[in-house]
Amino acid sequence: MSILEIKDLHATVETPEGTKEILKGVNLTIRSGETHAIMGPNGSGKSTLAYAIAGHPKYEITSGSVQLDGEDLLEMSVDERARAGLFLAMQYPVEVPGVSVSNFLRTAKTAVDGQAPALRTWVKDVKGAMDNLRMDPAFAERNVNEGFSGGEKKRHEILQMELLKPAIAILDETDSGLDVDALRIVSEGVNRAKENTEVGIMLITHYTRILNYITPDFVHVFVGGRVAEEGGPELAERLENEGYDRYLTTAN
Amino acid sequence: MTLTTDHSKAELESEGLSFGPATGEESRATRHASFDVAQHPVPTGREEEWRFAPLRDLLPLFQAEETTVSEEHLSYDVDEVEGVRAGQLGSGEGPRDSVLVPEDLVAARTAELTANALHLTAQRNVEVDQPTVVEIGGHDASVVAHGAIVLETEESSSATFVLNHTGSARYAQNVEMVLGANSRMTVISLQDWDDDAVHVATHVASIGRDATLKHIVVTLGGKAVRVNATSRFTAPGGEVEQIGLYFADDGQHLEHRLFVDHAAPKCTSNVTYKGALQGKGARSVWVGDVLIRKVAEGTETYEVNRNLVLTEGARADSVPNLEIETGEIEGAGHAAATGRFDDEQLFYLRARGIPEIEARRLVVRGFFAELIQKIDVPDIREHLTASIETELARSMN
Ligand SMILES: Nc1ncnc2c1ncn2[C@@H]1O[C@H](COP(=O)(O)OP(=O)(O)O)[C@@H](O)[C@H]1O
Ligand SMILES: [Mg+2]
Repeated sequence: MSILEIKDLHATVETPEGTKEILKGVNLTIRSGETHAIMGPNGSGKSTLAYAIAGHPKYEITSGSVQLDGEDLLEMSVDERARAGLFLAMQYPVEVPGVSVSNFLRTAKTAVDGQAPALRTWVKDVKGAMDNLRMDPAFAERNVNEGFSGGEKKRHEILQMELLKPAIAILDETDSGLDVDALRIVSEGVNRAKENTEVGIMLITHYTRILNYITPDFVHVFVGGRVAEEGGPELAERLENEGYDRYLTTAN
Repeated sequence: MTLTTDHSKAELESEGLSFGPATGEESRATRHASFDVAQHPVPTGREEEWRFAPLRDLLPLFQAEETTVSEEHLSYDVDEVEGVRAGQLGSGEGPRDSVLVPEDLVAARTAELTANALHLTAQRNVEVDQPTVVEIGGHDASVVAHGAIVLETEESSSATFVLNHTGSARYAQNVEMVLGANSRMTVISLQDWDDDAVHVATHVASIGRDATLKHIVVTLGGKAVRVNATSRFTAPGGEVEQIGLYFADDGQHLEHRLFVDHAAPKCTSNVTYKGALQGKGARSVWVGDVLIRKVAEGTETYEVNRNLVLTEGARADSVPNLEIETGEIEGAGHAAATGRFDDEQLFYLRARGIPEIEARRLVVRGFFAELIQKIDVPDIREHLTASIETELARSMN
């Protein structure tokens, strides 16, 4: 049983125009097995929240706290956070030339587990996970994200989540830009991970469509760098009909 | 015809893309060449050719009036390989001095002071799979040694030659490569010197009809290493791939100057040089001249240089230069870029639990991987991978 607790989180970024505050007091708690949809308009700070939790060097935390099972995540380096059980599926996964997917996955698994996976079962696990995500075996020999289509990149992110088995996963717009088939495949992967590992999920999305495939336990409307409203799945339906306009007019 | 030029993220000292000789600068076609030492002035550092060079380290090579011939100072060791004839060539004895006509003082002195050149020949119609390895071992960096090597593939033969440089030396070297029609030659020059070595090499290849040259330069060791590598097409249908890999540490100066001379129609050249730099005063220079002469219709050429700067205080200069005298070509392009470690790449890897040191190692290994894969000799590939690990370990503890 894991718990991620974000309390009054403020974060800034350096821009050419000066320091800009993007997160303005985020409160959010995610437990194992729960799925929290974070929905908000572009530019509201959703990716910033994801990056700040994962420890991206561009964002400075100016106040607040983030704890995973009582441990202060903000004191940890990026890789320590991952080894503590945090995973971030990125909105824009990064190319790493010359590093094959299979080498990358094995290196990451070894790092997260603190020991190399048993070869036989690992090969089987990777193959099985790739099959489930309808990824061609040849994919393993390609360089990480190099020349991947949008859908391939997102499947590759979910593949990592399924293999690394984090306690808490943040999925940043994993659904954006996917066609319906790819969306279904990716959603199945998320649901499999939920079932198999009880992972707690922060599902960041701009669109309600993915909620037809992944049922959230909680919905948080994210506007202007903080949670503007919270509710159950019914809140998503309301957003579906009304959009974000109602929040934008009241947000400052 | 397509022309591409990509200087994304480039930090260039200067660069050129010109049709015909650029104004103010002489065309590469007109560079003075002569065997007469007196015709080559001692460089001052103001010349385009020498402006990046560590002249203080090279000075003894400019001044040398005599050369060391003792095995105690510099030794050559050649493994005999079936199908490759080993011999010697005196000054002016062909094909020696037919391909390399000195364009600077060091090459001119080397031609003059080297009594006998090592001559390795793959005989006509013979395909030699096993590489012929020349071990060049330096044992004394306080005296100047000169050497000349002539590598030859006769018509329709194929061979691989490895020049492996180790130890300490102050060494000036001329390498001539003579590719007969329809032959294939691979040359791998490894500069794996000790930290005090100074080495200036001039490589010139003459590429016959339908012949293919793969020229690989790997420079890891040495205080100051300068390799000039020229490929000249003398007949149609030739193909050249020039590959280079270097890793400059603290106080090392590694300079590679290339020239691909498209002096015949329908030839293809591809140049890829990649370097990593780390530590204070680590310095690399890459100059890539490509000349497409008026006769060279149907030319296809691409050259690229990429540098990865791993720490503060290192500097990479990168100067691609494409000179085109005919519009009737298939394609010509060049790219040069010098970048630091990509923070986004490191973040991505670290967000998967991979510790920073290991993430950096993955990125650097990945940076060189495409080149290492092109080296067909497994021993060298493994040696190289291990050497890069060792270099990295130095900066990442
Ligand atoms: N690295 C950055 N530099 C400058 N501005 C940034 C940076 N990252 C985010 N921002 C700004 O912060 C705001 C929120 O961005 P982001 O977190 O990407 O929002 P979302 O993911 O909700 O679309 C935007 O106005 C964006 O321009
Ligand atoms: Mg975003």
